[in-house]
Amino acid sequence: MTAPALVEVRDLVTHFTRRAGMLGTRKETVQAVNGVSLDVARRETLGLVGESGCGKTTLGRTILRLVERTSGTVRFDGEDVFALGPEPLRRLRRRMQIIFQDPYASLNPRMSIGRAVKEGIEVHHLASDPEAERRVTALLQEVGLSADAAQRYPHEFSGGQRQRAGIARALAVEPEFIVCDEPVSALDVSVQAQVLNLLADLQARRGLSYLFISHDLAVIRHIAPRVAVMYLGRIVEEGPSEAIYARALHPYTQALLSAVPVPDPKTKRQRIVLAGEPPSAVHPPAGCPFHPRCQHPAKDETCRTTRPELRALETGHRVACHKADA
Amino acid sequence: MSNPAPAPGHGPLLEIRDLTVLFTVPDGVARAVDGIDLTVGEGETVGLVGESGCGKSVTALAVLRLVEPPGHIAHGSSIRLEGRDLLALGAKEIRAVRGNHVALVFQEPLSALDPVLKIGDQVAEAIRAHEHVSRGTAHWRAVEMLTAVGIPDAARHAAAYPHQLSGGMRQRALIAMALACHPKLLLADEPTTALDVTIQAEILELLDSLQQRLGMAVLLITHNLGIVAERTRRVYVMYAGQIVEEAATEQLFSHPSHPYTEGLMGAVPSLDERKDRLQAVPGQVPPATAWPPGCRFHPRCPFAWEKCLKEMPDLLDVTPVHKARCWLVEEPQRRVRSEA
Repeated sequence: MTAPALVEVRDLVTHFTRRAGMLGTRKETVQAVNGVSLDVARRETLGLVGESGCGKTTLGRTILRLVERTSGTVRFDGEDVFALGPEPLRRLRRRMQIIFQDPYASLNPRMSIGRAVKEGIEVHHLASDPEAERRVTALLQEVGLSADAAQRYPHEFSGGQRQRAGIARALAVEPEFIVCDEPVSALDVSVQAQVLNLLADLQARRGLSYLFISHDLAVIRHIAPRVAVMYLGRIVEEGPSEAIYARALHPYTQALLSAVPVPDPKTKRQRIVLAGEPPSAVHPPAGCPFHPRCQHPAKDETCRTTRPELRALETGHRVACHKADA
Repeated sequence: MSNPAPAPGHGPLLEIRDLTVLFTVPDGVARAVDGIDLTVGEGETVGLVGESGCGKSVTALAVLRLVEPPGHIAHGSSIRLEGRDLLALGAKEIRAVRGNHVALVFQEPLSALDPVLKIGDQVAEAIRAHEHVSRGTAHWRAVEMLTAVGIPDAARHAAAYPHQLSGGMRQRALIAMALACHPKLLLADEPTTALDVTIQAEILELLDSLQQRLGMAVLLITHNLGIVAERTRRVYVMYAGQIVEEAATEQLFSHPSHPYTEGLMGAVPSLDERKDRLQAVPGQVPPATAWPPGCRFHPRCPFAWEKCLKEMPDLLDVTPVHKARCWLVEEPQRRVRSEA
């Protein structure tokens, strides 16, 4: 990457406390994000893949400062997101948006779609009223909704249409960067393809950058030229999708890829079965966070005691594993 | 090539003929399932694939007579298990069929498990509901079952409440409950949809091995074509309340014949190669109260012509063992994309 990244995350840590135990009197710390560094360039899509509880959603929200960090930095276009006061932060927020898995989370059920889309334009004083109306109509059209959608309410829409409305709402403030948090996971296959195509079109037309979060490896492969694999709060492998999908270097990525059912009855994959359940982010294991489930034949004492750092094994392809070799 | 008909010498285990399930709703009558025929042979794994709202879950509920008002199974429908007409059974008899002969596992194990009962007690209760055994024996069998479905340290986990277990463990517990009485047929409705891929793979492996050990048949209901390809021998594709294609699994994937099936396959992103654009199926599944006239897929079909707008095709023979509900089977020269 030659140009400076639009989003620069360094050593980001997000821990939070939750009540535990029968009476909720005991407190425990969830180490959701545990030292993540990554870059998203302008016009780039970085795919972030991992299983439930790996911290990918918290990472996305911390980058947008929807969640406060514990330590580390996030820079957006050079500005330190966590150093900003309320007013500069508000101005920055316009440039970074989020699309959720469940668009209900971002759409007020008692607000018409038109109002919901217009709201952002008003909050950021981006246009006067007649101009705002005109923009709403154009946005709805851009995401593939009919003009009369403006008067309708979220419950009147199908899941796919609601997701389009959520996208229109995010686009209304003309962001440069969008965190897409499992945006197609709740949609049927045929509709999922429509929304993925729409997101690709919008990116090409508007020069957007995406952090695309998903548990679906095939979706990530399709949308993201570069991918980061997350496990227990850390990036364990990162690089060009081309390279990772052809030859993953981290034993966790290998297991993950081997588990995906392939829609071709003639292929039979060699499945790597992981031992045990994913460990909890309250008590992450010492050493390599993956070692208790790792099937690598060379696994040894180093893996149990020393945490591997991300290191580049091929150009732009980094892996956090003591035993991986290119 | 495997033959889609049940192996010779065995009658079908489950035989559904002309099943129609109607729901009376404010907007009218929804024909959620509309005249489907479906067979499952003994020990066979059959896929039932389709998107939400196509009627696949309602089909599973109908087999167990669990369709609740405002829904009902229409007259003229027939569901036979080993030749016995399930729709003619009394309340007590159908209860005996559930669990003893046919069991159901579905997507959200939390809603199927009782939150205030320990896992082990729930499995034991399932056993005692169908067999006359003592409490102690039932508990011991429950622990054995939990071990069989791969719950580590089952004796300890038997004392846990559902919310104390992970999603994968809960689904295992539910499978243990479903299998406690060795059913001949398991209806698995999106059994792994809520789970992570690595856990999904384990659960599907588990179902496979239990099936082989117990000789049980499985109707695997899913929207996931990968799961269908890997786990089934024969498959039915459902759209808008109807079966639109049925074939041996290999046949379906090598020669999909209904444009909807083709559309689904084109819409799924691939793990091995990056397509520039996904071939999305335009539009969406219409509401069940307003299935389109003619072929129900015609508003979304790239090949539709006048005939498709007016006349509904039957399931037509592509080969003797492969059927598709599409006029293209008779008029293949019409397979010309009308680009919108």
